[in-house]
Amino acid sequence: MKKTINIKLNGTDHSVEVEPRKLLVHLIREDLSMTGTHIGCDTTSCGACTVLIDGRSAKSCTILAIQADGKEITTVEGLATAGGLHPLQEGFKENHGLQCGFCTPGMMIRAVELLGKNPNPTESEIRWGISGNLCRCTGYNNIVKAIQYASAKMRGAELPSTEPEFV
Amino acid sequence: MVAVVTGKDLEKYNLHWMPTLMSDTQMVLPTDTVMYQAQEVAAVIATDRYTARDGKEAVRVEYEPMTPVMDPYKSMEPGAPVLRPDKPGKTDNHIWHWEAGDRAKTEEVFKNADVVVKQHMHIPRIHVASIETCGCVAAYDKIENHLTMYMTTQAPHAIRTVIALVAGHVGLTEEKIRVISPDIGGGFGGKVPVYPGYVIAIAVSFLTGAPVKWIEDRSENLQADSFARDYHITAEMAGTKEGKILATRFKVLADHGYTDASANPSKFPTGLFSIGTGSYNYDTAFMEADAVYTNKPPGGVAYRCSFRVTEAVHAVERMTDLFAKQVGKDPAQLRMENFIKKDEFPWKSPTGGTYDSGDYHAGLEKAMKAIAYDEMRTEQIELRKQGKLMGIGISTFTEIVGAGPSKDFDILGIKMFDSAEIRVHPTGKAIARFGTKSQGQGHETTYAQIIAEELGIPAAHIQVEEGDTDTAPYGLGTYASRSTPTAGAAAAVAARKLRDKARKIAAYLLEVSEEDLEWEPGKFFVKGAPDKAKTIQEIVFAAYTNHPQGMEAGFEATHYYDPPNLTFPSGAYICIVDIDPETCEIKIRRFVAIDDCGNIINPMIVQGQVHGGLTQGLAPAMYEELIYDEAGNILNGTLMDYLVPTAVESPSWETGHTVTPSPHHPIGAKGVGESPTVGAPPAIVNAIVDAVSHLGIKHLEIPVTPYKLFKELKKVGYFK
Repeated sequence: MKKTINIKLNGTDHSVEVEPRKLLVHLIREDLSMTGTHIGCDTTSCGACTVLIDGRSAKSCTILAIQADGKEITTVEGLATAGGLHPLQEGFKENHGLQCGFCTPGMMIRAVELLGKNPNPTESEIRWGISGNLCRCTGYNNIVKAIQYASAKMRGAELPSTEPEFV
Repeated sequence: MVAVVTGKDLEKYNLHWMPTLMSDTQMVLPTDTVMYQAQEVAAVIATDRYTARDGKEAVRVEYEPMTPVMDPYKSMEPGAPVLRPDKPGKTDNHIWHWEAGDRAKTEEVFKNADVVVKQHMHIPRIHVASIETCGCVAAYDKIENHLTMYMTTQAPHAIRTVIALVAGHVGLTEEKIRVISPDIGGGFGGKVPVYPGYVIAIAVSFLTGAPVKWIEDRSENLQADSFARDYHITAEMAGTKEGKILATRFKVLADHGYTDASANPSKFPTGLFSIGTGSYNYDTAFMEADAVYTNKPPGGVAYRCSFRVTEAVHAVERMTDLFAKQVGKDPAQLRMENFIKKDEFPWKSPTGGTYDSGDYHAGLEKAMKAIAYDEMRTEQIELRKQGKLMGIGISTFTEIVGAGPSKDFDILGIKMFDSAEIRVHPTGKAIARFGTKSQGQGHETTYAQIIAEELGIPAAHIQVEEGDTDTAPYGLGTYASRSTPTAGAAAAVAARKLRDKARKIAAYLLEVSEEDLEWEPGKFFVKGAPDKAKTIQEIVFAAYTNHPQGMEAGFEATHYYDPPNLTFPSGAYICIVDIDPETCEIKIRRFVAIDDCGNIINPMIVQGQVHGGLTQGLAPAMYEELIYDEAGNILNGTLMDYLVPTAVESPSWETGHTVTPSPHHPIGAKGVGESPTVGAPPAIVNAIVDAVSHLGIKHLEIPVTPYKLFKELKKVGYFK
């Protein structure tokens, strides 16, 4: 009944036996103990479970683990390097881009692909780009700012102000 | 699979019912009657989630259909099925009646007034839908007879006491219970109540000795956890033809589902709805509310709103606009003329509260300037000539938070103080613990800053800890924007106790009298001789190594803060909407929010709270509503059709503030987390109504969707 699959998760190879019905998110969280990827819904609506599969963002609650056989998966735990935080992580930290933090891993992973395809997005492109990810705490303003900050950092452009702006 | 638990199993231990926070009763699992669609009917316990799902399929339930009561007005009619026959002597579905203000005087003023406006409005049933659902791990140790309960709760201490009250008879007494609410996801009020899943997990862990995990999926969360709102309000406002507000009268029918599981203070069945007289200077009002049972899920929790304030503010801010329209005045002008003036505080409201402070004129002036109000009105005239639909909406609300003073405020009898305990270690670094519980509000930063400000220890040297009932001092938790008004105050008072002790130690070390010392953040120095000084770190070290004889050693303080009054934050919000004249798509062009939460401790955190609250104000105004059909089916019980706004619907919020400190709070702060959720919906709806008012539309029910707007525009002949 169980199938053996091989995946690379955040740079580490794993060979695991899974039931064919097991969702990828459960494999990641429960079998491989990478709990940074969250589960916020059961209809592929909230994006808390977003991971990169071979570089493309995908909602891991709607993909079977066996579909990831042979693939390379990156979760939020794979963003930081020995050199420090990923520019997106730094952007969220510096711009108060998270409050409870539950949606944040999915948001950041989604933004990795967004900035990979469009290194200097407009505000509207960022908002549409993360529209598959729900946040209940921040009202999105500072998430947009965080992604703009990361965009600037990754392009080597001047970093935007992280101070709150008041009218 | 390990076990299937039914209500009959729990009945053996008298655990099949549990009390709600409003002293009503709620089923843990039913023994004979199911009260609403999606109610828990049995629990399957298994060693992994997939097996549990398999087990669920094996549970067969035989239902005998009954006639559901879905409409609260029909629930009140004679002959309606009695939904709670389990309550001895209960012959109808009425739960409680509440009133405030002066009925006779209000009738008199209404009878003689030039102008009376009246509007029925429904504040629909919504759900907090925090992206993290609720869950727990109940871990009972049979050897130690000890329960550790890891759970997503906003109020860990209150939960510990509730568990002890419910399960004390089986030996789980309060000293044997440790509740740990770790780094949890957002709560917004939805993580205050006790849900059946928690109780079942405890019961099964108690019986098996194994840790038991319960975690909801989203559909269960939306369909079975506590709802918010669901108030049917008939609102009236009376005034002069010149535009002076004279009186308001609100009549509410509250749909509570099958049990009153609100999370209000015990003596306030409608929460703080009495704030509904608003920001305006008049002395006559009457409000009444009746609550009824229906076949819907229980609740009446916050949705980021301090105890029914959103319902009240929506009513008064909509009525203010309707009144302005009726007397032919600009809604900003009419508000300016009716505001309570800043020198009229403390202001005694005709429904009972005493507003601590405010400067409503300054807030609205600032908002009008930021949005260029007069230019917007001019532009609106131009756009209307071109057949375009643009509207400007205002909301100038007063919030009421910081529950609350112990003489009136309790939950299940426990007074609504909150607490802080500060321990400064010999090397001058500190740990501070609180009875509140952050869910992302940034208490770790805010509380550290308060203590740093009072004691002169750098904030980075202060570790803030919450959520573990074994270590934190008792408190009622975080909801109702109460953390800074209560535990934040406790932090300041506890720090001041330590400063008093520091002064004594400094006097001893410097061999001067206490009166000869002056404080500046971080040190005491001798008046006139600033180089004769002891830093707070030196003083703390001395408290452990060289304290005056007769003085208690150590450097710790605890304070349980009982607020003398509530705090009254306010805000002036202005929204500009553009509506597509063909598709009725509603776009928020700009939204300016000026908040006054008193003294601001951390501007970035306050602004973050406002941003989030505004999106949660937008949500019920335009998107969110839990919809049931007459047969009792929920029609949108998943996030596919319950529309939480994304970054696309949510505009780029523009925020600002005025600062009117609370005169009674130790550091003049008021609380802010919920103000924007309270204040935003009427600003948005007033803007949408304003955009189509020239076509004959006076009111729109929330959520205002394009289709709803289309139907209303069709009724007035705009669409053929």
